[in-house]
Amino acid sequence: MDFVSFLIQVLNSLQYGLLLFLVASGLTLVFGIMGIINLAHGSFYMIGAYLAFALTSMTGNLMLSIALGVPLAFAFGALLEWLLFSHLYKRDHLEQVLLTYGLILIFEELRSLAVGDDVHGVAIPAIFSASIPLSDNLSYPVYRLVISVVCLALAGGLYYLIQRTRLGMMIRAGSHDRDMVKALGIDINVLYRTVFALGVALAALAGMLAAPISSVYPGMGSSVLIISFVIVVIGGVGSVWGALVAALLIGFADTFGKVLLPDLAGLMVYLVMAVVLLWRPEGIFRKG
Amino acid sequence: MNSRVSTIFKLAVLAAVLAFPVFGSGFYTEMLAKVLILAIFAMSLDLLVGFTGLVSFGHAAYFGVAAYAVALVTPKYDPASLWLALPVSVAAAALVAFVIGLFVLRTKGIYFIMVTLAFAQMAYYVFHDTPLGGGSDGIYLNFKPDAAIAGWAPFDLNEPLHLYYFVAGAMLFVYGLLKLVLRSPFGRVLVGIRSNEHRMLSLGYATFRYKLAAFTLAGALAGLAGFLYAVLFGFVTPEYLSWHKSGDVLLMVILGGMGNLAGAIAGAVALVGLQELFTGMTKHWQLLMGVTIVAAVLFMPGGMTATPARIMARINGGKTNE
Amino acid sequence: MKQTQPQVRRIVRKTIALALAAVIPALGAFAAQAADKVKVGLMLPYTGTYASLGNAITNGFKQYVTENGGKLGGHEIEYFVVDDESDPSKATENASKLIKRDQVDVLVGTVHSGVALAMAKVARDNKTLLIIPNAGADELTGPLCAPNVFRSSFSAWQPAYAMGKIVADRGHKNVVTVTWKYSFGEQSVAGFKEAFEKAGGKIAKELYLPFPNVEFQPFLTEIASLKPDAVFVFFAGGGAVKFVKDYDAAGLKKSIPLYGSGFLTDGTIDAMGGSGEGLMTTLHYADNLTNPKDQAFRKAYALAYKAQPDVYAVQGYDAAQMLKTGLEGLKGGKFDKEVVAKAMETAKVDSPRGAFTLSKAHNPVQDIYLRKVEGRENKLVGVAEKALADPARGCRM
Repeated sequence: MDFVSFLIQVLNSLQYGLLLFLVASGLTLVFGIMGIINLAHGSFYMIGAYLAFALTSMTGNLMLSIALGVPLAFAFGALLEWLLFSHLYKRDHLEQVLLTYGLILIFEELRSLAVGDDVHGVAIPAIFSASIPLSDNLSYPVYRLVISVVCLALAGGLYYLIQRTRLGMMIRAGSHDRDMVKALGIDINVLYRTVFALGVALAALAGMLAAPISSVYPGMGSSVLIISFVIVVIGGVGSVWGALVAALLIGFADTFGKVLLPDLAGLMVYLVMAVVLLWRPEGIFRKG
Repeated sequence: MNSRVSTIFKLAVLAAVLAFPVFGSGFYTEMLAKVLILAIFAMSLDLLVGFTGLVSFGHAAYFGVAAYAVALVTPKYDPASLWLALPVSVAAAALVAFVIGLFVLRTKGIYFIMVTLAFAQMAYYVFHDTPLGGGSDGIYLNFKPDAAIAGWAPFDLNEPLHLYYFVAGAMLFVYGLLKLVLRSPFGRVLVGIRSNEHRMLSLGYATFRYKLAAFTLAGALAGLAGFLYAVLFGFVTPEYLSWHKSGDVLLMVILGGMGNLAGAIAGAVALVGLQELFTGMTKHWQLLMGVTIVAAVLFMPGGMTATPARIMARINGGKTNE
Repeated sequence: MKQTQPQVRRIVRKTIALALAAVIPALGAFAAQAADKVKVGLMLPYTGTYASLGNAITNGFKQYVTENGGKLGGHEIEYFVVDDESDPSKATENASKLIKRDQVDVLVGTVHSGVALAMAKVARDNKTLLIIPNAGADELTGPLCAPNVFRSSFSAWQPAYAMGKIVADRGHKNVVTVTWKYSFGEQSVAGFKEAFEKAGGKIAKELYLPFPNVEFQPFLTEIASLKPDAVFVFFAGGGAVKFVKDYDAAGLKKSIPLYGSGFLTDGTIDAMGGSGEGLMTTLHYADNLTNPKDQAFRKAYALAYKAQPDVYAVQGYDAAQMLKTGLEGLKGGKFDKEVVAKAMETAKVDSPRGAFTLSKAHNPVQDIYLRKVEGRENKLVGVAEKALADPARGCRM
């Protein structure tokens, strides 16, 4: 590998890592703060991508679709929380696993009934459709860089939200001791509903942003589910900062694994996870 | 449900299982055999999840390793000896569980769930990506193991009926074994670890060793299930080790009711039965399945086995202990 | 009035006799017809990633049966359907559900190669007829070939081999291949390599990524630095769309031509946007074939299902055609799988893809077309290989 290729591979790793962070960020919130092992996270990603497809074919504009889609997804998340999850907080965590598994099946079949099973594409918004030349024959799509910037902004925004705002303070407190927060007069139900809805909105946003490059197809949700869990756990459950670092780590491991150790590429991500967790059994950034 | 009713119910189920092939068709006998195998698989996981408090999300790895072991020890044109293939497969699964257990038992809670998944995924890719196990297409098991000892064959696994009773026997064996284990001092330590590991530690128990033993035993029994599954269907694929399979068996345990061997069995029956019922009804059967699961979670807290008691409590005018 | 009673009785008796005379033969005919029914088990994916393929195959199959008035070779067709979910771990059980529970005479399926291999195993063990309407694993008509196993589609080797020669003929000497690390991808690359190296070409590097990973960027970077004359890939579905889009977005499409085997551009062109334009692939079907059979087929399909047919629908349609030839061998007699299999071997299928026959290993001996993406279609460029037969390596039959 020459030096230029190496640099480009580093760029690839960063870009892939940031995309993974985007997908996993919603999960780490819901997972870390509410303790819900949400297997349906991939489904929300899928719903986002199909929403982008449907709204873009109506409005003809991806950005407008995202502006419409995110609030829709947020409302949908709040509805689900009210309808289903709010009944389960006092139960065994594993019953939530069962519930979210049922949701995967429901969403996937509703998708099939509503949109069918074909592969669809979503066009990249015209203003971002250019490419930047990197070497004599390779160029980099601007849209990918845009996604990276959005991911970084989102990471910053989430960090700010959780560490610096009143809502963030309540969230942090709620994740430590549900009953204590209640005793302090904060409406924990509203808090949880907000966090869950935020998680759904983030997953859907990830699906919408990724739709133009990943295309929209049946089963796309399950392809991101496990990798999202890997990132959340490596980073330390509930830590936004940890998820970012973990996502970048996985981005590098996957990219360089494919190039340097092609025979082990499939194992790479899991090998990294196993090593990290054996080294730090509670993730890289375990909250206090 | 009081214990006498429960015992009578269990005996009735046992009688039905043993009598089934007499009345049921070949296909349904095979299907019931599959359910019994999955019941073994689910009970082995329940030992970890329900009794020891270790939620493994990679239990399919041991199932799959044993399935591959029997396929790999079977020569291409001859059957392998049952008395070789069975111990080898179970031992292979136990060994893999032991080694993985050494690593994963250092973590706790959600991290434990994910590390077990990580190791299972690695095992999956070993079989999927390397020629060792025939790659992604899997391999055929062309001959079922031969039960002959020095020329005398007590039974023949090629006979569907013999195979069925062999599987049913294995299921009863595992049920009995786990009952014994759980009643022993060892089993009590496991239950103690589930409710409070710190207390067990301060009482002087080396909990790590107990957990490792439980993990290995569960792996071995999952291996027994994998062995039987491969023998029943004669085909081994990397999908046996996939996280979907680990998820399925976890669902059986949760749906049936954790910490209850009968619950694990009920969960296996329910999942297979529901799928069978729904696939016949519509192309979109997964929608019905999903709705049923969601409804089960909402309206049957504690799983299926906790439900009769709740109903009884309702009928008696008392309140449920929710 | 005295006589009326017996008269009435006589009339009644006569009427009954007449009625019986009319009804009994009808009943007999009905009974004969019922016995003549042939049960077809469709084991295809109706949920998950390949659901649209399973539906297209089913539509194609049923269309041919409907065109023949619900009968093939004089036998009424009765369907039994199972969703295989493209899950190999459930495949043997699903196949035996159709064979043992529903007692089907003929098994038709499936898309996923791993599932098809499991089905072939059950079909061999139970000596049930199996017609494979898509799965391309070479083994099915290679080492695992059997008198009762037929294929109406293709082997992975066929389109890839044809492409190997085309790429060499077009003057490319040095090629990089990319595919998923699974059997179908590996077999496609092997077929391509065989023909390409025979024609004097050299494979610079074979790149594999774990299935079903779709992060191609590292490989695009590697391709850019290796600077081969051309790139050959096998991907399908969402992965195909993403690869072609990424390849275009990385600017590689301009400098390094991309070639694909088979399904890279089938059912995926729309989703690729403009990125697929001009892409060349080889397959046993194309969108603007000129034979009248294809035109009639497409018209009827579009009318019946309100959708454009694709290669999967053709494969389903041809599976029914093959079955018809087989059932005609019975000459109206009772179902006998050996007779049907023998007759099916001689099938000359008048397929929308162009007529084909079956090889000794029961795989179509067919023309492989070179196609080029223009607009929303895989336009025919020419015949890449005339009547190409799979070598059926390892088949002892």
